[in-house]
Amino acid sequence: MRANRPVYSILLWTFLSLLTLFPIYWLFVISVKPAVELFTTPSVLLETVYWKNYVKVLGDDTLRRYMFNSIVISTGNATLVTILAFMACYALSRFDLAGKENIFFWTITNRMAPAAVFLLPFFLLFTQVFVIGEWKLYDTRTGMILLYCTFNLPFAIWTLRPTIDGIPKELDEAATVDGATTWQVIREVIFPLARPGLAVTLILTWVFAWNEFLLAATLTSFNARTITTGLSEYVTTTGTEWGAMASIAIITLLPALLIFSVVQRHIVAGLTFGAVKE
Amino acid sequence: MLAPTIAILGIFGIVPFLYVLYVAFHQWNPFGANPYMIYNGAGNFRRLVFDSEFLTSIAFTLKFAFFAVFSEVILGYLLAQLFMREFPGRAFFRTIHTLPLIVAPIVVGSVWRLMTTPSIGIIPYLLKSWFGYDLNIGRDATMAFALTVIMDIWHWTPLVTLTLLAALVSLPKEPFEQAQIDGANRWQIFWHVTLPMIRPAILATVFIRLMDALRTVDEVWMLTGGGPGAATRYLGLHIWKIVFPKTDYGYGSATSIIVLYLTLVMCWLLYVALVARRGQRRTP
Repeated sequence: MRANRPVYSILLWTFLSLLTLFPIYWLFVISVKPAVELFTTPSVLLETVYWKNYVKVLGDDTLRRYMFNSIVISTGNATLVTILAFMACYALSRFDLAGKENIFFWTITNRMAPAAVFLLPFFLLFTQVFVIGEWKLYDTRTGMILLYCTFNLPFAIWTLRPTIDGIPKELDEAATVDGATTWQVIREVIFPLARPGLAVTLILTWVFAWNEFLLAATLTSFNARTITTGLSEYVTTTGTEWGAMASIAIITLLPALLIFSVVQRHIVAGLTFGAVKE
Repeated sequence: MLAPTIAILGIFGIVPFLYVLYVAFHQWNPFGANPYMIYNGAGNFRRLVFDSEFLTSIAFTLKFAFFAVFSEVILGYLLAQLFMREFPGRAFFRTIHTLPLIVAPIVVGSVWRLMTTPSIGIIPYLLKSWFGYDLNIGRDATMAFALTVIMDIWHWTPLVTLTLLAALVSLPKEPFEQAQIDGANRWQIFWHVTLPMIRPAILATVFIRLMDALRTVDEVWMLTGGGPGAATRYLGLHIWKIVFPKTDYGYGSATSIIVLYLTLVMCWLLYVALVARRGQRRTP
Protein backbone atom coordinates (compact mmCIF):
# COMPACT_ATOMS: atom_id res chain seq x y z
CA MET A 1 0.00 0.00 0.00
CA ARG A 2 2.79 2.37 0.89
CA ALA A 3 5.98 3.42 -0.86
CA ASN A 4 4.54 2.95 -4.32
CA ARG A 5 4.49 6.35 -6.05
CA PRO A 6 7.03 8.65 -4.42
CA VAL A 7 6.73 11.14 -7.30
CA TYR A 8 3.20 12.09 -6.29
CA SER A 9 4.26 12.54 -2.69
CA ILE A 10 7.10 14.81 -3.72
CA LEU A 11 4.90 16.88 -6.02
CA LEU A 12 2.21 17.22 -3.37
CA TRP A 13 4.67 18.22 -0.69
CA THR A 14 6.38 20.69 -2.97
CA PHE A 15 3.02 22.35 -3.48
CA LEU A 16 2.23 22.30 0.26
CA SER A 17 5.68 23.68 1.09
CA LEU A 18 5.08 26.54 -1.32
CA LEU A 19 1.83 27.28 0.49
CA THR A 20 3.72 27.30 3.78
CA LEU A 21 6.57 29.44 2.57
CA PHE A 22 4.72 31.88 0.36
CA PRO A 23 3.43 34.20 3.14
CA ILE A 24 6.95 34.59 4.52
CA TYR A 25 8.33 35.15 1.03
CA TRP A 26 5.66 37.80 0.46
CA LEU A 27 6.76 39.54 3.65
CA PHE A 28 10.27 39.67 2.25
CA VAL A 29 9.03 40.96 -1.13
CA ILE A 30 7.20 43.84 0.54
CA SER A 31 10.21 44.63 2.70
CA VAL A 32 12.47 45.17 -0.30
CA LYS A 33 10.17 47.34 -2.37
CA PRO A 34 10.13 51.11 -2.43
CA ALA A 35 6.82 52.65 -1.34
CA VAL A 36 5.89 53.83 -4.85
CA GLU A 37 6.02 50.32 -6.29
CA LEU A 38 3.74 48.85 -3.62
CA PHE A 39 0.55 50.19 -5.08
CA THR A 40 1.18 49.11 -8.63
CA THR A 41 0.18 45.65 -9.77
CA PRO A 42 1.36 43.19 -7.12
CA SER A 43 4.02 40.94 -8.55
CA VAL A 44 5.49 37.83 -7.06
CA LEU A 45 8.86 38.17 -8.71
CA LEU A 46 11.48 40.65 -7.63
CA GLU A 47 12.97 42.84 -10.30
CA THR A 48 15.03 45.07 -8.07
CA VAL A 49 15.98 44.73 -4.45
CA TYR A 50 15.65 47.91 -2.49
CA TRP A 51 17.36 47.80 0.91
CA LYS A 52 16.45 51.31 2.03
CA ASN A 53 13.66 50.05 4.29
CA TYR A 54 16.18 48.09 6.32
CA VAL A 55 18.62 50.99 6.37
CA LYS A 56 15.85 53.23 7.64
CA VAL A 57 14.63 50.80 10.29
CA LEU A 58 18.09 49.94 11.56
CA GLY A 59 19.00 53.63 11.64
CA ASP A 60 16.00 54.51 13.79
CA ASP A 61 17.09 55.14 17.39
CA THR A 62 13.75 54.12 18.87
CA LEU A 63 13.67 50.81 17.04
CA ARG A 64 17.30 50.12 17.89
CA ARG A 65 16.38 50.66 21.50
CA TYR A 66 13.47 48.23 21.19
CA MET A 67 15.72 45.60 19.63
CA PHE A 68 18.28 46.09 22.39
CA ASN A 69 15.51 45.73 25.00
CA SER A 70 14.28 42.56 23.35
CA ILE A 71 17.75 41.06 23.42
CA VAL A 72 18.33 42.02 27.07
CA ILE A 73 14.91 40.81 28.22
CA SER A 74 14.99 37.51 26.31
CA THR A 75 18.55 36.72 27.38
CA GLY A 76 17.97 37.76 30.99
CA ASN A 77 14.72 35.86 31.24
CA ALA A 78 16.01 32.70 29.54
CA THR A 79 19.08 32.63 31.79
CA LEU A 80 17.12 33.23 34.97
CA VAL A 81 14.45 30.70 34.05
CA THR A 82 16.96 28.01 33.14
CA ILE A 83 18.88 28.44 36.40
CA LEU A 84 15.70 28.41 38.50
CA ALA A 85 14.28 25.44 36.62
CA PHE A 86 17.56 23.56 37.04
CA MET A 87 17.44 24.12 40.79
CA ALA A 88 13.75 23.26 41.01
CA CYS A 89 14.13 20.08 38.96
CA TYR A 90 17.11 19.03 41.05
CA ALA A 91 15.04 19.48 44.20
CA LEU A 92 12.01 17.69 42.71
CA SER A 93 14.17 14.83 41.55
CA ARG A 94 16.54 14.32 44.52
CA PHE A 95 14.74 15.40 47.67
CA ASP A 96 11.82 13.67 49.26
CA LEU A 97 9.46 16.62 49.52
CA ALA A 98 5.94 16.37 50.82
CA GLY A 99 3.43 16.94 48.01
CA LYS A 100 6.08 17.51 45.35
CA GLU A 101 3.86 16.21 42.57
CA ASN A 102 1.27 18.80 43.57
CA ILE A 103 3.90 21.51 43.48
CA PHE A 104 4.96 20.32 40.04
CA PHE A 105 1.38 20.33 38.77
CA TRP A 106 0.76 23.77 40.26
CA THR A 107 3.76 25.24 38.41
CA ILE A 108 2.36 23.87 35.16
CA THR A 109 -1.08 25.40 35.70
CA ASN A 110 0.55 28.81 35.71
CA ARG A 111 1.08 28.41 32.00
CA MET A 112 -2.49 27.39 31.21
CA ALA A 113 -4.18 30.66 32.12
CA PRO A 114 -4.83 33.05 29.23
CA ALA A 115 -2.41 35.99 29.36
CA ALA A 116 -5.21 38.45 28.65
CA VAL A 117 -6.85 37.61 31.97
CA PHE A 118 -3.75 38.72 33.85
CA LEU A 119 -3.16 41.91 31.90
CA LEU A 120 -5.12 44.09 34.28
CA PRO A 121 -3.80 42.70 37.58
CA PHE A 122 -0.24 42.89 36.28
CA PHE A 123 -0.80 46.42 35.06
CA LEU A 124 -2.20 47.50 38.41
CA LEU A 125 0.46 45.70 40.41
CA PHE A 126 3.22 47.14 38.27
CA THR A 127 1.94 50.71 38.43
CA GLN A 128 0.43 50.89 41.93
CA VAL A 129 1.69 48.12 44.19
CA PHE A 130 5.27 47.23 43.25
CA VAL A 131 6.42 50.79 43.76
CA ILE A 132 9.35 52.03 45.81
CA GLY A 133 9.25 55.81 46.03
CA GLU A 134 9.55 57.10 42.47
CA TRP A 135 10.55 53.74 41.10
CA LYS A 136 7.92 51.45 39.59
CA LEU A 137 8.20 48.00 38.10
CA TYR A 138 6.16 49.28 35.16
CA ASP A 139 8.17 49.84 31.98
CA THR A 140 11.39 48.33 33.34
CA ARG A 141 13.40 45.53 31.81
CA THR A 142 13.64 43.92 35.26
CA GLY A 143 9.86 43.82 35.41
CA MET A 144 9.57 42.12 32.05
CA ILE A 145 12.31 39.61 32.88
CA LEU A 146 10.48 38.61 36.07
CA LEU A 147 7.07 38.67 34.43
CA TYR A 148 8.03 36.31 31.61
CA CYS A 149 8.86 33.74 34.29
CA THR A 150 5.13 33.11 34.67
CA PHE A 151 4.94 31.34 31.33
CA ASN A 152 8.57 30.35 30.78
CA LEU A 153 9.41 28.89 34.17
CA PRO A 154 6.67 26.21 34.13
CA PHE A 155 7.67 25.35 30.59
CA ALA A 156 11.35 25.09 31.55
CA ILE A 157 10.58 22.86 34.53
CA TRP A 158 8.41 20.71 32.29
CA THR A 159 11.12 20.21 29.65
CA LEU A 160 14.05 19.90 32.04
CA ARG A 161 12.56 17.45 34.48
CA PRO A 162 13.01 14.28 32.38
CA THR A 163 16.67 15.19 31.85
CA ILE A 164 17.40 15.57 35.55
CA ASP A 165 15.30 12.55 36.49
CA GLY A 166 17.23 10.56 33.91
CA ILE A 167 20.58 11.12 35.61
CA PRO A 168 21.10 8.06 37.84
CA LYS A 169 21.08 8.76 41.56
CA GLU A 170 23.96 6.32 42.02
CA LEU A 171 26.28 8.93 40.50
CA ASP A 172 25.34 11.44 43.23
CA GLU A 173 25.79 8.80 45.88
CA ALA A 174 29.17 7.70 44.56
CA ALA A 175 30.37 11.32 44.53
CA THR A 176 29.03 11.86 48.07
CA VAL A 177 30.86 8.78 49.28
CA ASP A 178 34.03 10.23 47.78
CA GLY A 179 33.47 13.27 50.01
CA ALA A 180 31.85 15.74 47.59
CA THR A 181 29.50 18.38 49.02
CA THR A 182 26.02 18.88 47.56
CA TRP A 183 27.26 21.91 45.68
CA GLN A 184 30.14 19.93 44.22
CA VAL A 185 27.77 17.15 43.19
CA ILE A 186 25.60 19.65 41.35
CA ARG A 187 28.54 21.36 39.68
CA GLU A 188 30.69 18.34 38.84
CA VAL A 189 28.13 15.58 38.26
CA ILE A 190 24.66 16.88 37.46
CA PHE A 191 25.51 20.00 35.49
CA PRO A 192 27.79 18.40 32.86
CA LEU A 193 25.30 15.60 32.24
CA ALA A 194 22.32 17.95 32.04
CA ARG A 195 24.05 20.36 29.68
CA PRO A 196 22.23 19.35 26.44
CA GLY A 197 18.85 19.61 28.15
CA LEU A 198 19.82 22.94 29.65
CA ALA A 199 20.85 24.27 26.25
CA VAL A 200 17.53 23.32 24.67
CA THR A 201 15.60 24.87 27.56
CA LEU A 202 17.64 28.05 27.30
CA ILE A 203 17.08 28.36 23.56
CA LEU A 204 13.35 27.65 23.64
CA THR A 205 12.61 30.00 26.52
CA TRP A 206 14.67 32.64 24.73
CA VAL A 207 12.49 32.30 21.63
CA PHE A 208 9.27 32.44 23.66
CA ALA A 209 10.42 35.58 25.46
CA TRP A 210 11.49 37.15 22.17
CA ASN A 211 8.13 36.39 20.53
CA GLU A 212 5.94 37.64 23.38
CA PHE A 213 3.77 40.61 22.53
CA LEU A 214 0.64 41.19 24.61
CA LEU A 215 2.26 41.61 28.02
CA ALA A 216 5.04 43.74 26.60
CA ALA A 217 2.53 45.97 24.85
CA THR A 218 0.60 46.52 28.06
CA LEU A 219 3.32 46.76 30.66
CA THR A 220 5.87 48.96 28.92
CA SER A 221 5.57 52.41 27.44
CA PHE A 222 8.97 53.40 26.09
CA ASN A 223 12.02 52.47 28.17
CA ALA A 224 11.50 48.73 28.09
CA ARG A 225 9.51 48.34 24.87
CA THR A 226 10.35 45.27 22.81
CA ILE A 227 10.63 44.78 19.08
CA THR A 228 7.33 42.91 18.79
CA THR A 229 5.59 45.93 20.27
CA GLY A 230 7.53 48.18 17.94
CA LEU A 231 6.15 46.16 15.05
CA SER A 232 2.56 46.72 16.17
CA GLU A 233 3.20 50.42 16.75
CA TYR A 234 4.26 50.77 13.16
CA VAL A 235 0.83 49.75 12.01
CA THR A 236 -1.27 51.93 14.27
CA THR A 237 0.71 55.15 14.19
CA THR A 238 2.13 55.21 10.68
CA GLY A 239 -0.08 52.70 8.93
CA THR A 240 1.09 53.57 5.45
CA GLU A 241 4.74 52.57 5.82
CA TRP A 242 4.25 48.98 4.77
CA GLY A 243 7.82 48.49 3.60
CA ALA A 244 9.29 49.54 6.93
CA MET A 245 6.79 47.41 8.80
CA ALA A 246 7.66 44.37 6.69
CA SER A 247 11.36 44.87 7.32
CA ILE A 248 10.79 45.07 11.09
CA ALA A 249 8.77 41.87 10.83
CA ILE A 250 11.64 40.20 8.98
CA ILE A 251 14.09 41.40 11.64
CA THR A 252 11.78 40.07 14.38
CA LEU A 253 11.58 36.78 12.55
CA LEU A 254 15.31 36.27 11.94
CA PRO A 255 16.64 35.13 15.34
CA ALA A 256 13.88 32.57 15.76
CA LEU A 257 14.48 31.36 12.21
CA LEU A 258 18.22 30.93 12.77
CA ILE A 259 17.64 29.07 16.01
CA PHE A 260 15.00 26.96 14.37
CA SER A 261 17.37 25.76 11.69
CA VAL A 262 19.84 24.66 14.37
CA VAL A 263 17.62 22.85 16.87
CA GLN A 264 14.53 22.04 14.81
CA ARG A 265 13.84 18.65 16.34
CA HIS A 266 13.92 19.88 19.94
CA ILE A 267 11.73 22.84 19.16
CA VAL A 268 9.06 20.46 17.93
CA ALA A 269 9.16 18.48 21.16
CA GLY A 270 9.10 21.70 23.15
CA LEU A 271 6.24 23.40 21.37
CA THR A 272 3.99 20.43 21.66
CA PHE A 273 4.45 20.77 25.42
CA GLY A 274 5.51 17.20 25.97
CA ALA A 275 2.78 15.67 23.84
CA VAL A 276 5.34 14.32 21.36
CA LYS A 277 7.94 11.97 22.72
CA GLU A 278 10.47 11.60 19.94
CA MET B 1 16.14 25.02 46.03
CA LEU B 2 12.50 25.09 45.05
CA ALA B 3 11.98 28.25 47.05
CA PRO B 4 12.87 30.81 44.32
CA THR B 5 10.55 29.10 41.85
CA ILE B 6 7.70 29.03 44.33
CA ALA B 7 8.36 32.64 45.32
CA ILE B 8 8.35 33.94 41.74
CA LEU B 9 5.32 31.95 40.65
CA GLY B 10 3.58 32.92 43.87
CA ILE B 11 4.19 36.62 43.39
CA PHE B 12 3.40 36.59 39.67
CA GLY B 13 0.79 33.83 39.68
CA ILE B 14 -1.24 33.92 42.89
CA VAL B 15 -0.99 37.57 43.95
CA PRO B 16 -2.40 38.89 40.63
CA PHE B 17 -5.23 36.40 40.86
CA LEU B 18 -6.21 37.46 44.40
CA TYR B 19 -5.85 41.09 43.44
CA VAL B 20 -8.06 40.81 40.37
CA LEU B 21 -10.63 38.96 42.49
CA TYR B 22 -10.60 41.85 44.97
CA VAL B 23 -10.95 44.53 42.31
CA ALA B 24 -13.76 42.60 40.59
CA PHE B 25 -16.09 43.38 43.49
CA HIS B 26 -15.50 47.11 43.19
CA GLN B 27 -16.48 49.87 40.89
CA TRP B 28 -13.26 51.55 39.86
CA ASN B 29 -12.47 53.82 36.98
CA PRO B 30 -9.52 56.05 37.95
CA PHE B 31 -10.20 58.44 35.07
CA GLY B 32 -13.98 58.44 35.46
CA ALA B 33 -16.29 60.75 37.38
CA ASN B 34 -15.47 59.00 40.65
CA PRO B 35 -11.85 57.84 40.66
CA TYR B 36 -12.00 55.85 43.91
CA MET B 37 -12.65 52.18 44.46
CA ILE B 38 -16.21 51.65 45.63
CA TYR B 39 -17.42 48.28 46.83
CA ASN B 40 -20.41 47.21 44.79
CA GLY B 41 -20.73 43.53 45.57
CA ALA B 42 -21.70 41.39 42.62
CA GLY B 43 -22.73 44.44 40.57
CA ASN B 44 -20.03 43.92 37.94
CA PHE B 45 -20.98 40.31 37.47
CA ARG B 46 -24.67 41.19 37.22
CA ARG B 47 -23.82 43.69 34.49
CA LEU B 48 -21.70 41.11 32.70
CA VAL B 49 -24.50 38.61 32.31
CA PHE B 50 -26.55 41.10 30.30
CA ASP B 51 -23.63 42.64 28.41
CA SER B 52 -24.36 41.83 24.77
CA GLU B 53 -20.84 42.82 23.66
CA PHE B 54 -19.33 40.33 26.07
CA LEU B 55 -21.74 37.57 25.08
CA THR B 56 -21.09 38.24 21.37
CA SER B 57 -17.38 38.06 22.04
CA ILE B 58 -17.76 34.68 23.75
CA ALA B 59 -19.82 33.40 20.83
CA PHE B 60 -17.27 34.61 18.26
CA THR B 61 -14.38 33.16 20.25
CA LEU B 62 -16.03 29.76 20.50
CA LYS B 63 -16.91 29.86 16.80
CA PHE B 64 -13.33 30.79 15.93
CA ALA B 65 -11.87 28.08 18.18
CA PHE B 66 -14.26 25.48 16.80
CA PHE B 67 -13.61 26.18 13.11
CA ALA B 68 -9.86 26.58 13.56
CA VAL B 69 -9.27 23.51 15.72
CA PHE B 70 -11.65 21.31 13.75
CA SER B 71 -9.99 22.11 10.40
CA GLU B 72 -6.53 21.83 11.90
CA VAL B 73 -7.17 18.36 13.31
CA ILE B 74 -8.58 17.04 10.02
CA LEU B 75 -5.89 18.66 7.88
CA GLY B 76 -3.18 17.70 10.34
CA TYR B 77 -4.31 14.09 10.33
CA LEU B 78 -4.30 13.91 6.52
CA LEU B 79 -0.85 15.50 6.35
CA ALA B 80 0.47 13.15 9.03
CA GLN B 81 -0.79 10.24 6.93
CA LEU B 82 1.03 11.70 3.92
CA PHE B 83 4.22 11.82 5.97
CA MET B 84 3.80 8.14 6.80
CA ARG B 85 4.68 7.27 3.20
CA GLU B 86 8.27 6.73 2.23
CA PHE B 87 9.60 9.23 -0.26
CA PRO B 88 12.87 11.03 -0.86
CA GLY B 89 13.20 14.39 0.89
CA ARG B 90 10.68 13.59 3.60
CA ALA B 91 12.76 15.09 6.43
CA PHE B 92 13.33 18.23 4.38
CA PHE B 93 9.62 18.75 3.69
CA ARG B 94 8.83 18.08 7.32
CA THR B 95 11.25 20.82 8.36
CA ILE B 96 9.60 23.30 6.00
CA HIS B 97 6.18 22.26 7.19
CA THR B 98 7.22 22.92 10.82
CA LEU B 99 8.51 26.41 10.07
CA PRO B 100 5.35 28.45 10.85
CA LEU B 101 5.37 27.17 14.44
CA ILE B 102 8.37 29.25 15.37
CA VAL B 103 7.17 32.49 13.81
CA ALA B 104 6.10 35.03 16.43
CA PRO B 105 2.28 35.42 16.45
CA ILE B 106 2.64 39.15 15.95
CA VAL B 107 4.72 38.50 12.80
CA VAL B 108 2.12 36.02 11.55
CA GLY B 109 -0.46 38.77 11.93
CA SER B 110 1.73 41.19 9.97
CA VAL B 111 2.35 38.67 7.22
CA TRP B 112 -1.33 38.04 6.69
CA ARG B 113 -2.12 41.70 6.87
CA LEU B 114 0.37 42.35 4.09
CA MET B 115 -1.16 39.52 2.09
CA THR B 116 -4.73 40.71 2.42
CA THR B 117 -4.73 44.50 2.63
CA PRO B 118 -6.46 45.79 -0.51
CA SER B 119 -4.09 47.35 -3.08
CA ILE B 120 -0.97 45.87 -1.45
CA GLY B 121 -1.80 42.26 -0.81
CA ILE B 122 -1.63 39.56 -3.40
CA ILE B 123 -4.80 37.77 -2.30
CA PRO B 124 -7.31 40.57 -3.02
CA TYR B 125 -5.51 41.20 -6.32
CA LEU B 126 -5.76 37.59 -7.47
CA LEU B 127 -9.35 37.24 -6.33
CA LYS B 128 -10.21 40.39 -8.22
CA SER B 129 -8.47 39.50 -11.47
CA TRP B 130 -9.45 35.82 -11.54
CA PHE B 131 -12.94 35.80 -10.04
CA GLY B 132 -13.89 39.46 -9.99
CA TYR B 133 -14.38 39.21 -6.23
CA ASP B 134 -13.69 42.22 -4.03
CA LEU B 135 -12.00 41.18 -0.81
CA ASN B 136 -11.93 43.86 1.83
CA ILE B 137 -11.47 42.57 5.35
CA GLY B 138 -11.85 46.08 6.69
CA ARG B 139 -15.52 45.95 5.68
CA ASP B 140 -16.57 42.36 5.22
CA ALA B 141 -17.12 40.75 8.63
CA THR B 142 -17.52 37.20 7.32
CA MET B 143 -14.32 37.38 5.30
CA ALA B 144 -12.44 38.90 8.23
CA PHE B 145 -13.59 36.02 10.41
CA ALA B 146 -12.69 33.46 7.76
CA LEU B 147 -9.24 34.97 7.35
CA THR B 148 -8.48 34.80 11.06
CA VAL B 149 -9.38 31.11 10.87
CA ILE B 150 -7.21 30.57 7.77
CA MET B 151 -4.33 32.39 9.43
CA ASP B 152 -4.65 30.19 12.49
CA ILE B 153 -4.72 27.10 10.27
CA TRP B 154 -1.54 28.22 8.52
CA HIS B 155 0.16 28.86 11.84
CA TRP B 156 -0.87 25.82 13.86
CA THR B 157 -1.70 22.88 11.57
CA PRO B 158 1.98 21.79 11.67
CA LEU B 159 1.66 21.25 15.42
CA VAL B 160 -1.26 18.88 14.89
CA THR B 161 0.57 17.11 12.07
CA LEU B 162 3.58 16.52 14.28
CA THR B 163 1.70 15.26 17.33
CA LEU B 164 -0.45 12.93 15.24
CA LEU B 165 2.56 11.80 13.23
CA ALA B 166 4.31 10.86 16.45
CA ALA B 167 1.23 8.89 17.49
CA LEU B 168 0.93 7.14 14.11
CA VAL B 169 4.59 6.16 14.02
CA SER B 170 4.35 4.54 17.44
CA LEU B 171 1.37 2.32 16.50
CA PRO B 172 1.94 -1.44 16.24
CA LYS B 173 1.73 -2.93 12.72
CA GLU B 174 -0.16 -6.13 13.47
CA PRO B 175 -3.72 -4.76 13.74
CA PHE B 176 -3.38 -3.16 10.29
CA GLU B 177 -2.09 -6.36 8.70
CA GLN B 178 -4.83 -8.34 10.40
CA ALA B 179 -7.49 -5.93 9.16
CA GLN B 180 -6.16 -6.16 5.61
CA ILE B 181 -6.23 -9.93 5.74
CA ASP B 182 -9.82 -9.72 6.93
CA GLY B 183 -10.60 -7.67 3.83
CA ALA B 184 -11.32 -4.32 5.45
CA ASN B 185 -11.32 -1.32 3.13
CA ARG B 186 -9.40 1.90 3.85
CA TRP B 187 -12.30 3.63 5.51
CA GLN B 188 -13.02 0.64 7.74
CA ILE B 189 -9.37 0.44 8.75
CA PHE B 190 -9.39 4.11 9.62
CA TRP B 191 -12.63 3.96 11.57
CA HIS B 192 -12.17 0.68 13.44
CA VAL B 193 -8.39 0.38 13.78
CA THR B 194 -6.53 3.67 13.47
CA LEU B 195 -9.00 6.01 15.12
CA PRO B 196 -9.51 4.07 18.37
CA MET B 197 -5.75 3.68 18.75
CA ILE B 198 -4.80 7.33 18.20
CA ARG B 199 -7.81 8.76 20.04
CA PRO B 200 -5.75 9.73 23.13
CA ALA B 201 -3.28 11.60 20.90
CA ILE B 202 -6.13 13.38 19.09
CA LEU B 203 -7.75 14.42 22.35
CA ALA B 204 -4.45 15.66 23.77
CA THR B 205 -3.85 17.68 20.61
CA VAL B 206 -7.34 19.15 20.69
CA PHE B 207 -6.76 20.04 24.33
CA ILE B 208 -3.55 21.95 23.61
CA ARG B 209 -4.91 23.65 20.50
CA LEU B 210 -8.21 24.63 22.06
CA MET B 211 -6.52 26.30 25.02
CA ASP B 212 -4.32 28.24 22.61
CA ALA B 213 -7.15 29.15 20.26
CA LEU B 214 -9.25 30.50 23.11
CA ARG B 215 -6.51 32.89 24.14
CA THR B 216 -5.50 34.03 20.64
CA VAL B 217 -4.78 37.75 20.69
CA ASP B 218 -1.59 38.81 18.94
CA GLU B 219 -2.30 37.61 15.40
CA VAL B 220 -5.83 38.93 15.31
CA TRP B 221 -4.74 42.22 16.84
CA MET B 222 -2.36 42.67 13.95
CA LEU B 223 -4.63 41.40 11.17
CA THR B 224 -7.96 43.03 11.93
CA GLY B 225 -7.64 44.79 15.29
CA GLY B 226 -10.89 43.08 16.30
CA GLY B 227 -12.86 44.61 13.46
CA PRO B 228 -14.78 45.22 11.35
CA GLY B 229 -17.22 46.17 14.08
CA ALA B 230 -16.72 43.45 16.64
CA ALA B 231 -16.60 40.52 14.21
CA THR B 232 -13.16 39.29 15.25
CA ARG B 233 -13.07 40.75 18.72
CA TYR B 234 -12.15 37.58 20.55
CA LEU B 235 -12.12 37.41 24.35
CA GLY B 236 -8.50 38.43 24.85
CA LEU B 237 -8.94 41.52 22.69
CA HIS B 238 -12.29 42.22 24.31
CA ILE B 239 -10.73 42.34 27.79
CA TRP B 240 -7.98 44.61 26.51
CA LYS B 241 -10.55 46.95 25.00
CA ILE B 242 -12.55 47.27 28.23
CA VAL B 243 -9.53 47.67 30.43
CA PHE B 244 -7.21 50.01 28.60
CA PRO B 245 -9.02 52.44 26.34
CA LYS B 246 -11.97 52.67 28.75
CA THR B 247 -9.97 52.26 32.02
CA ASP B 248 -12.95 50.48 33.55
CA TYR B 249 -10.82 48.46 35.99
CA GLY B 250 -13.56 47.02 38.18
CA TYR B 251 -15.60 45.75 35.26
CA GLY B 252 -12.49 44.54 33.43
CA SER B 253 -11.49 42.52 36.50
CA ALA B 254 -14.89 40.87 36.66
CA THR B 255 -14.64 40.00 32.96
CA SER B 256 -11.15 38.55 33.49
CA ILE B 257 -12.39 36.37 36.34
CA ILE B 258 -15.29 35.03 34.31
CA VAL B 259 -13.09 34.33 31.29
CA LEU B 260 -10.57 32.54 33.49
CA TYR B 261 -13.38 30.54 35.03
CA LEU B 262 -14.81 29.57 31.63
CA THR B 263 -11.36 28.54 30.39
CA LEU B 264 -10.77 26.42 33.47
CA VAL B 265 -14.14 24.73 33.11
CA MET B 266 -13.42 23.88 29.48
CA CYS B 267 -9.94 22.67 30.42
CA TRP B 268 -11.40 20.52 33.13
CA LEU B 269 -14.10 19.04 30.90
CA LEU B 270 -11.55 18.10 28.27
CA TYR B 271 -9.21 16.74 30.90
CA VAL B 272 -11.99 14.57 32.29
CA ALA B 273 -12.76 13.38 28.77
CA LEU B 274 -9.08 12.49 28.30
CA VAL B 275 -8.77 10.63 31.60
CA ALA B 276 -12.12 8.90 31.18
CA ARG B 277 -10.99 7.48 27.85
CA ARG B 278 -7.82 6.18 29.39
CA GLY B 279 -9.76 4.70 32.29
CA GLN B 280 -12.11 2.93 29.91
CA ARG B 281 -9.25 1.30 28.13
CA ARG B 282 -7.78 0.06 31.34
CA THR B 283 -10.92 -1.61 32.73
CA PRO B 284 -11.80 -4.39 30.21
